[in-house]
Amino acid sequence: MFDFGIVTRWFDLLLRQTCGLGNFWSIFIECVVVLLIIITLYALLAIALIFMERKVCAYFQCRLGPMRVGPWGIFQVFADVVKMLIKEIFPVDKSDKFLYYLAPILVITASIGTFSFLPWNKGAGVLDFNVGVFMITALSSIGIIGVFMAGWGSNNKYSVVSALRGAIQMISYEMSLGLCLVAAVTLTGTMQVSGIVDYQAQGWLIFRAPLPAIVAFLIFLIAGNAEANRGPFDLVEAESELTAGYHTEYSGMGFGFYYLSEYLNLFVISGIAATVFLGGWMPLHIGVAGFDHVMDYIPGFVWMLGKTFVLVFFLMWIRWTFPRLRVDNILKLEWKYLMPLSLLNLVVMTVCVVFKLGWHI
Amino acid sequence: MEIRKPKIKSVPYDEFKDNDTLEKLTEQLNQGGTNVVLGNLDWAINWGRSNSLWSLTFGTSCCGIEFMAVGCARYDFSRFGFEVTRNSPRQADIIMCAGTITNKMAPVFKRLYDEMAEPKYVVAVGGCTISGGPFKSSYHVVRGIDEIVPVDVYVPGCPPRPEAILYGMMQLQRKVKIERFFGGANHKMNAQEREESMNLKGLHGLSNENLAFEKLLHKEEPIIVKDGVTKEQVEQLGKDLDQLSAKENDKDEKVENPDQQKQTPVTSSTKTNKDQGDTPAA
Amino acid sequence: MKLNNITFPFDDFAKEMAKLKNEKHFDYLVTIVGEDFGEEGLGCIYILENTQTHDRMSVKQIARQIGEDYVLPTIFSIWRDGELLEREVYDFLGIKFLGHPDMRRLYLRNDFDGYPLRKDYDMSPEHNRFPETDEPETDWTEEYNLNKYGELVKTTRRLIQPDEFTVNIGPNHPSTHGVLRLQTVLDGEQIVHVFPHLGYIHRGIEKMCEDYTYPQTLALTDRLNYLSAMMNRHALVGVIEEAMGIELSDRIHYIRTIMDELQRLDNHLLFTGCCAQDLSALTAFLYGMRDREHVLNVMEETTGGRLIENYYRIGGCQADIDPHFVQNVKDLCKYLRPMIQEYLDVFGDNVITHQRFEGIGPMGLDDCINYAVTGPAGRAAGWKNDVRKYHPYDLYDKVEWKECIRNHGDSMDRYYVHIDEMYQSLDIIEQLIDNIPEGDFYIKQKPIIRVPEGQWYYSVEGASGEFGVYLDSKGDKNPYRLKIRPMGLSLVGAMDKMLRGQKIADLIATGAALDYVIPDIDR
Repeated sequence: MFDFGIVTRWFDLLLRQTCGLGNFWSIFIECVVVLLIIITLYALLAIALIFMERKVCAYFQCRLGPMRVGPWGIFQVFADVVKMLIKEIFPVDKSDKFLYYLAPILVITASIGTFSFLPWNKGAGVLDFNVGVFMITALSSIGIIGVFMAGWGSNNKYSVVSALRGAIQMISYEMSLGLCLVAAVTLTGTMQVSGIVDYQAQGWLIFRAPLPAIVAFLIFLIAGNAEANRGPFDLVEAESELTAGYHTEYSGMGFGFYYLSEYLNLFVISGIAATVFLGGWMPLHIGVAGFDHVMDYIPGFVWMLGKTFVLVFFLMWIRWTFPRLRVDNILKLEWKYLMPLSLLNLVVMTVCVVFKLGWHI
Repeated sequence: MEIRKPKIKSVPYDEFKDNDTLEKLTEQLNQGGTNVVLGNLDWAINWGRSNSLWSLTFGTSCCGIEFMAVGCARYDFSRFGFEVTRNSPRQADIIMCAGTITNKMAPVFKRLYDEMAEPKYVVAVGGCTISGGPFKSSYHVVRGIDEIVPVDVYVPGCPPRPEAILYGMMQLQRKVKIERFFGGANHKMNAQEREESMNLKGLHGLSNENLAFEKLLHKEEPIIVKDGVTKEQVEQLGKDLDQLSAKENDKDEKVENPDQQKQTPVTSSTKTNKDQGDTPAA
Repeated sequence: MKLNNITFPFDDFAKEMAKLKNEKHFDYLVTIVGEDFGEEGLGCIYILENTQTHDRMSVKQIARQIGEDYVLPTIFSIWRDGELLEREVYDFLGIKFLGHPDMRRLYLRNDFDGYPLRKDYDMSPEHNRFPETDEPETDWTEEYNLNKYGELVKTTRRLIQPDEFTVNIGPNHPSTHGVLRLQTVLDGEQIVHVFPHLGYIHRGIEKMCEDYTYPQTLALTDRLNYLSAMMNRHALVGVIEEAMGIELSDRIHYIRTIMDELQRLDNHLLFTGCCAQDLSALTAFLYGMRDREHVLNVMEETTGGRLIENYYRIGGCQADIDPHFVQNVKDLCKYLRPMIQEYLDVFGDNVITHQRFEGIGPMGLDDCINYAVTGPAGRAAGWKNDVRKYHPYDLYDKVEWKECIRNHGDSMDRYYVHIDEMYQSLDIIEQLIDNIPEGDFYIKQKPIIRVPEGQWYYSVEGASGEFGVYLDSKGDKNPYRLKIRPMGLSLVGAMDKMLRGQKIADLIATGAALDYVIPDIDR
C-alpha cells in the first residue's frame, strides 16, 4: 500500500537537514502546515458535503437541485460561502456578549478537533494518541457546551427552549456512542486510531465479530445521527417548530460556523464509523491473496473517502425520508432501548473476544 | 473599469423588461469610475451574492401557496440556488412578501425587515403587496408594502404564476449584479446617511444599496389618475402637445443642413419612437 | 335555507337558549351572525342544528342598549364555540356579551377605534391608515355583567400569571399555515394554555361586500380558503341562487360537483404534504405537491387559474368545460389512485408518524359537537357532520359514496379521514365523469342582479369543515349583510382544549392535522 509516511518523512528531513532548522522550528513549521491543510480540507469537504446534500435531497424529491451556477451547479456552494462571508455581523443588544461570541468558536473547535482524528491513509493521520477514541468522545462534548451557550446567550426564548432540547439530546446519546466504541475497543485491544485500523488488516471489524460488531455499528450510526443533530433527531434546530432554534440570532460568519459544523459533524461521525467498524483506509481483504493484492493497489484515502461518503449518503437518505421524533420519543429511544442494547452488546462482544468466536480473532 | 451588463444564464439580455432602469443606474455608477482590482472584486462578490439569495419564509395568504409551488418539484427554484429558505430573519437575504399585508401585520412585517442583516432586498409578490390588490377598498389592508419597506422588485399577478415569480427573482439577480459592493453596500450607515434615508422615505429608512440608488435615480411619484378627465383637460393636453412638437420641429430645422431645401415639417405623429430617441439632444 | 327567525324576550334569552339545547337537542351552534339591523338596532342571529335529526333553526336577538353600550347575554357556557364567535361580534359590532369570561377583541388590534360592521363606520383610506407602532399587549381581560340595578359592570381578570413562561408561536412561522399567532403558556415542554390571536390577515371582506354588487362579491371568495376555492364560491353562488330561486340545468350540477371534488383532492393532497412538512418529512411534501400539480393542470385547462379559479357565477359557470376535460379527468383518476398508497408508504404508515400523531390533540365526540369542530376533524371523532350527506346539494344525494368516520378523535385519525376522503372523491368523480349531460352551462340572468328581501343561509362541505354563507338582503343590488361561516375558526377555538398537557411538538402536529387556513378564519 502507498505509505504516506514517505511524504511526511521527506518533508521532515527537508526542514531539518536541508534547511538546517532546529527542533523547535521544524516542528513549529510542520504544525502550521498541518493546520493549514486541515482547515483547507475541512472547508473543501464542507463545501462538497453541502453540495452533495442539496443534490441528493433534490433527487429524492424528484427535482434537480442547483443547476445554474456553473455546469451542473457545482459552484453553488462557493457562491453561498462568498455571501455568508460578507453578511453584516451585528451584536444583539441585550445578549450576553461573552457567551454569544464564544459559542460558535467552541462548536467549530469541537468539530475541527474530532475531524483531526480521522486517519486518511497509512501514515497520514494527524492526531494519533494512544487514547484516541476516548479523546474523540471528549472533544465532541465541547460542541454541546457551544450549543447550550448559544441558546442561552442569545436572550431569545426560542433559542433557550431549543438549546435545552439540544443539550439533553446530545448528552444522552453520548452514552450509546461511547459504549459502541468501547465494544470495538474490546475487540481491537487498543484505543489508538491507527492501531484500530491496523487490527483490521485481516478483515474489517464487522466481518471479524459479525454479530456484536454489526449491532454496535448500527447503534453507533443512530447515536451519531443524534449527536450531529441530523435526520430524525433534528428537533434542536427544528425548522418547522421553533424557527431556527439556537442559532436564530446569529448571522454572517457566526452562522456560517454552525452551518459548516453541522455538515462536518456528519462527516466525522461517518468517518469514525468507517474507521472503527469498516476498516478506515484498509482495503477489503478476504483472505484470497490475488484479490487482496488487487485491492491493495487502490490508495488508502480512496477507500477512506469512499466508505465515508457511502455512510454520509446513507445518513442523508434517512434524513430526507423520516419525519422528526418528539423529544420524549428521542429520550425513550435512548434510555430504554439503545443503552441497554449497547450494554448487552458489550457483554456479547466480550464473550466473543474471550472465547475467540468469530473470524480471525 | 466599467460595470458590465448583468448576464443571466440562458436568458438573453433583451428579453427582460425594464432594462432602462438598470442601464441608467449602471451609467451613473460608472461615472465615478472604479479601479480594476476593486471592480473585479465587486464583480466576484456580486456573483456570489446574486446566486445565493436566501429568502425568509414569509407567506401570508394565497401567494404563499404559489411560492411553495415554485419551490416544489415542477418549477423548482433550487436550480437557481434559492431553495435554502431560512426561518430566522437574521440569516435571510431577501424577504419575499407573498400575500396581503394588513394593518395589524404591518408593524410585525416592518420589524422582520428591520431584523434582517444587510445586504437585504424585498420582493413584492402579488397584487396585494403592490397596491392592495383586490382588497384596495378595505379598511384593514396596507395599500402596497412600499409604504412600509423599500421594494426592489414587483411581481404582479393574483396570484402570479410560478414562472412569473422566477422571472422576478432573475430581475433581482440582475439588480444585485450591478451594485457596487465596496464603498457601496458594505459599510455601516453613518448618522448623516441615516438622516438622509429617513427623510427620503419617511417611515422606513433605506438600506445601503437602496439609498445609493435613490440618490442616483430620483424616482418620481407614480401618477395616479383618480378623477375622470374633463374636456378642458383634453384641450389643454392637445395644446401642450402642439407646443412640444413645434419645439421639436424647430430643433430639427436647426440641425439639418441649412443648404438643403426646406422640407415639409414631419409631424410628431408619423415619427416612430426610435426616431425621436435618435434626435440629438439640444 | 331561508331563515325564519324566532325571538325570545331579552331577560329569558339565556334560559330559552339553554332549553333549546337541553330539551330540543339543538346541540351544534353553526354560527352567530352579528348585524346592524338599522332602525331595530344591533343584534345577532344564532343558527343552530340538531345533530341527530339535522334540523336547523335560527334565533334572532336584538341587543339592549344601556347608555352607549349594547349588551346581550352570553351563550358561551351552552355552546363552547360561542367563545370566539361572540368575541368576533364584539369586535365588529361592539355588542358586549354579559358573562363572557374573556371579552376582548378577536381580529382587530386592541387599540382599534370603532366597530367596522356598523353602518356608520368611516371607510375612507385616511381614517384607516396602518399603525406604525406595535400593538399594546396586556395580560388582563375583561368580563361584563349587569348588576342588580341594570348597570353595566366590568371586572378584570388576569389571563397570564406574572411568572408564567409565554412563547409566541407565530405570526411569522413556517408551520402555522399563514399568519396565526398562538400565545402559548408553557411549563417546560408542556402546554398549559393556548391563546390564539387572529386578524393578521383580516382583510375586511364582509364589509367590502356590502358596497359591491352581487357579481362583484364573487371575486373575493376564492381568496378565503384558497385551497377550497371552488367550494367557497359555491356557497356564495348557492345562497344567491337559492334566494333568487334560480333553477340550474343538470349539466351545471354535474360540472360543479366534479369541480368541487377535484378541489377537494387538491386540498387533501396539500394537506398530506403539509402534515409531512410540519413533521419535517419534506420528501412526502414534495410528492404530494407533485401530484397536486396534475390536478391543477386539469382545473387550469378549463378555468384558467391554478389557485384562484373564478369559475362559478350566479346562474352557472364562467365557461363550458374544455373538450379534453373528460379524458384528462379519467387519466388523472387512474394516475392518482395508486399514488395515495405511496403517501401512506412514505409517510402515513411510518412508525414515527404514528408516534407523533397517535393520541395527539384528542377531542371526543361530545366536545367536538360542543366546540363545533366540523369537517374531517369532527368526523375523526365520530361525528356524522358531512354537509353533503345531511343537507345535500348538487348531485351528492344521487351518487354512491361513503362518509368517512373514525372514532379516536386524535390527529392520526384526522389524517386517515383525509386519506379516506380522497378515495371517496375519486369514486364520486369516476361515477359522474362519463355521464355529463348536454345543456346550458350558464342560465342567463338579468344584467343587474337583485335578490328578494329576506335572510338565507347556505352551506357546503368545504375541504376542512362546513363553509356557510349568510345573506341578508333588503331587495337591493348590494347585499345588506354578507357573513361567512369560516371553516377554521372553531378549529382554532378548540385548540386550547385539545392541547392541555401536550407538548410544543404536539401543537405543531395538531395544527397540521386540523388543516385550517388562516385567511379563511380571518376573512
